[in-house]
Amino acid sequence: MTLVREIDYGTPQSKAEKTVTLTIDGVEITVPEGTSVMRAAMEMGTQIPKLCATDMLESFGSCRLCLIEIEGRNGTPASCTTPVADGMVVHTQTERLKRLRKGVMELYISEHPLDCLTCSANGDCELQDMAGAVGLREVRYGYDGARHPDPGLDASNPYFAFEPSKCIVCSRCIRACEEVQGTFALTIAGRGFGSVVSPSQEQPFFDSECVSCGACVQACPTATLNEKSVIEIGTPEHSVVTTCAYCGVGCSFKAEMRGPELVRMVPWKDGKANRGHSCIKGRFAFGYATHKDRILKPMIRAKITDPWREVSWDEAIGYAASEFKRIQAKYGIGSIGGITSSRCTNEETFLVQKLVRAGFGNNNVDTCARVCHSPTGYGLKTTFGTSAGTQDFDSVEQADVILIIGANPTDGHPVFASRMKKRLIEGAKLIVVDPRRIDLVRTPHIEADYHLPLKPGTNVAVLTALAHVIVTEGLIDEAFIRERCDFDEFQDWAAFVALPRHSPEEVEKVSGVPAEAIRGAARLYATGGNGAIYYGLGVTEHSQGSTTVMAIANLAMATGNIGRPGVGVNPLRGQNNVQGSCDMGSFPHEMPGYRHVSEDATRAMFEALWGRPLEAEPGLRIPNMIDAALDGSFKGIYIQGEDILQSDPNTQHMAAGLAAMECVVVQDLFLVETANYAHVFLPGSTFLEKNGTFTNAERRIQMVRKVMAPLNGYEDWEITQKLSNALGYDMHYTHPSEIMDEIARLTPTFTGVSFAKIEELGSVQWPCNEKAPDGTPIMHIGGFVRGKGKFVITEYVATDEKSGPRYPLLLTTGRILTQYNVGAQTRRTANVDWHKEDVLEIHPFDAENRGIRDGDWVKLSSRAGETALKAEITERVAPGVVYTTFHHPNTQVNVVTTEFSDWATNCPEYKVTAVQVMPSNGPSEWQEEYEELTRQTRRIAAPLVAAE
Amino acid sequence: MSPDRLVYMANQIGKFFAYQKKDEIVPGIANHIKKFWDPRMRQAMFAYLDAGGEGLDPAVQEAFAVLKRKAEEGAPAESSLQGT
Repeated sequence: MTLVREIDYGTPQSKAEKTVTLTIDGVEITVPEGTSVMRAAMEMGTQIPKLCATDMLESFGSCRLCLIEIEGRNGTPASCTTPVADGMVVHTQTERLKRLRKGVMELYISEHPLDCLTCSANGDCELQDMAGAVGLREVRYGYDGARHPDPGLDASNPYFAFEPSKCIVCSRCIRACEEVQGTFALTIAGRGFGSVVSPSQEQPFFDSECVSCGACVQACPTATLNEKSVIEIGTPEHSVVTTCAYCGVGCSFKAEMRGPELVRMVPWKDGKANRGHSCIKGRFAFGYATHKDRILKPMIRAKITDPWREVSWDEAIGYAASEFKRIQAKYGIGSIGGITSSRCTNEETFLVQKLVRAGFGNNNVDTCARVCHSPTGYGLKTTFGTSAGTQDFDSVEQADVILIIGANPTDGHPVFASRMKKRLIEGAKLIVVDPRRIDLVRTPHIEADYHLPLKPGTNVAVLTALAHVIVTEGLIDEAFIRERCDFDEFQDWAAFVALPRHSPEEVEKVSGVPAEAIRGAARLYATGGNGAIYYGLGVTEHSQGSTTVMAIANLAMATGNIGRPGVGVNPLRGQNNVQGSCDMGSFPHEMPGYRHVSEDATRAMFEALWGRPLEAEPGLRIPNMIDAALDGSFKGIYIQGEDILQSDPNTQHMAAGLAAMECVVVQDLFLVETANYAHVFLPGSTFLEKNGTFTNAERRIQMVRKVMAPLNGYEDWEITQKLSNALGYDMHYTHPSEIMDEIARLTPTFTGVSFAKIEELGSVQWPCNEKAPDGTPIMHIGGFVRGKGKFVITEYVATDEKSGPRYPLLLTTGRILTQYNVGAQTRRTANVDWHKEDVLEIHPFDAENRGIRDGDWVKLSSRAGETALKAEITERVAPGVVYTTFHHPNTQVNVVTTEFSDWATNCPEYKVTAVQVMPSNGPSEWQEEYEELTRQTRRIAAPLVAAE
Repeated sequence: MSPDRLVYMANQIGKFFAYQKKDEIVPGIANHIKKFWDPRMRQAMFAYLDAGGEGLDPAVQEAFAVLKRKAEEGAPAESSLQGT
């Protein structure tokens, strides 16, 4: 294995279709119009020396190293800023150019410290490379340049160091922050020799606006910005391309290694989801994989009050299997179930649901999508015919109007947010529908044209009001509707949304959104060109989550914004493989490929291959499992990589349900909160330790490649296989590719998918079958999967979770950039330096009324329970609304959230909880009790020492 | 399973279908419950219905009655609102 080295073409690829032909160093080459001479030369294999140019950034023309000569033109222009032209004759290496380049390099080197042997970038430094490339042998100006005095190392960021004395002021870092990330955190301060890269107002990186995406570090040609891991360990020597295990964007990375040690994660330019970009989590927050908290040996205990006992794999698996068999013998086939992990691979989730359906003999299988995007599955399947987003991420580059509802992409999906910001900076219009002023409402060079700060729980009312304007003002795309949708249903829907009670003026009374803003937003979306809707959990996690998804689909169909690039309905999926876990049949009513368990032909196909009869009735969803546990009919569960105690609503109800079970098996990296109630702990493997595939939010199936041996001994699919075999349902896979082959045989949208196909294409978007052998980037082109698009009546039904005198505020929960989901991974990295604890955002008006100051402890209480945390006073939330995150178990905000849920899917209503907030002295009684419970249930007995 | 919780869930489903076409309301509710509820939840509601079905909205009551009858006959309930 070697280090994967990507070619740097110097400037971005031109997207022009027209080509031009020129001659470079006597060789004729044809390239797209708009290509730089530098790139054209590189495409034929000639690297023109360069320092300020890199193909992730637009050309800049400052270093003066990439000079060329062009016949018939005067001077020596920079090849990075010179576009190709038909008939152009270019020379990249002449005596004149050699002399000029050498002179330029002399100036650079005279100002650069020559500590190359001890420099962290030794061997990986473009300045060093270019000195060699131009044949620099002497520096006439000496080596004591004005920039040598060390202005000080900035080591404030936990992941990378900034050493200004090594800076050559190429501005690549600044341009990366602007062009790739879109944060504009860096600039050049000072003039002449005093020029220095400045984070924000000459602040340390950690205190600046920098979001630690790593783009600047990646862009830096010297050791000025360098990963601390490289400084500490040294440069990597081999690398493996794999897929990030954080959010649903699915960024491709090169895992760069030195031996078995991971040195750094570098975003891969060929990654079609991220196009070479990254965020703080994927780029830097991988330390959890080797954190001391990681459990590497299986453990069992008879009661949760007992300390854990480390045992062999055989004993742990055998104990779990015997307990499951005992429970089924005593309580019935349906008394056990399983939860698949959206953090695990497709192959692993497929295997867990197979174990449940064929091994357990029931359909009691569910996944984390229950609490996030299950309404997306319901809503889009009903209206369009497919339970997934319609576009690829590249589509945003052609959007003219972007409507974001209930999503905060800069925190939740930061790499896609950067691509979105790029388009917005280019001029696309923006509508934000969100109770909070998310960053995109106003951020450098971006300002939303409309922000509709609706009252939590009124999504359907606002969306129907948008539809009201579009229909009553004649802004529909009738030709599209007549051709592509059921026109009778459209007419019913149009009559419904046109009712006066859906007018913006009426809806303003319930939503709090000014009618004129709704009207303006509706007109913009319907008439502004390509309209693309992006949404998140602020849509789905409501009692009307599924209705909201269908209301969004209605809007897109009514305006013809479906079935081509630049438009569409795009759910931003939460976990790395939540799309995949749903595709793989993780719901209790669906087999892989979203086919209902009651379909005889489907079941027959699976039964023939799996050799077991399959249950035709749906199984229990997670909340149903917990209710059934309390009822006494559900007694055992196998949970792979999901921390339901922390992530699911009404923690105390969840805890009671888990405590009522007789065998809880948790397979995870750490003793997560759910493991407090477990009887068997099976140590899991990280994404770095396994092979398989993840599917991201754009239906893109990408390879996960093993970069180190599993520290626990087994990949997760191997553990599931062991459990299945112990239960008497034999599985004999030797590699995950065999599991994917089985998926392809059983799933019509996956028939063309194989590891070989993914290796060949880099990634593939389902459906991938005989109709679409290379996959389907954009869905519903020419027609909907279900046939005619279905308009659905979406009446607004107010949630039963209402604020009142006892609980006058509405709590909504969400995530923050540096933390991920329940925080089990990111809390075990330096990301905690940015977010040590969950805090409660509260508006100054509400805070003042309660005598709360910034940083005070406050008690947050609801009908379900109470917890305490510190207050942050901010106008990001509206009066009457408070907000917090759910990343820390010592806050465990889900103690407060209720069991109200989406009518169709039971997706919890996390986004609306009536609460009261009052000053507090510190943690609540419940928090103190929970801390003690955690301490008790995490005890691990000392291993028995054999008598001498 | 707690009847209170199941009654609440069933009525929620009923509120969505209450605004669909009139001839879709009862079949829609019945179909949704048939497709997404574990049999033990439906059985619990059949028993609850036999005990009077207090708190269930009329259309929901009717839907459970349809489901019960069809379960006894072994026939599926159908609706155009398939969902997933």
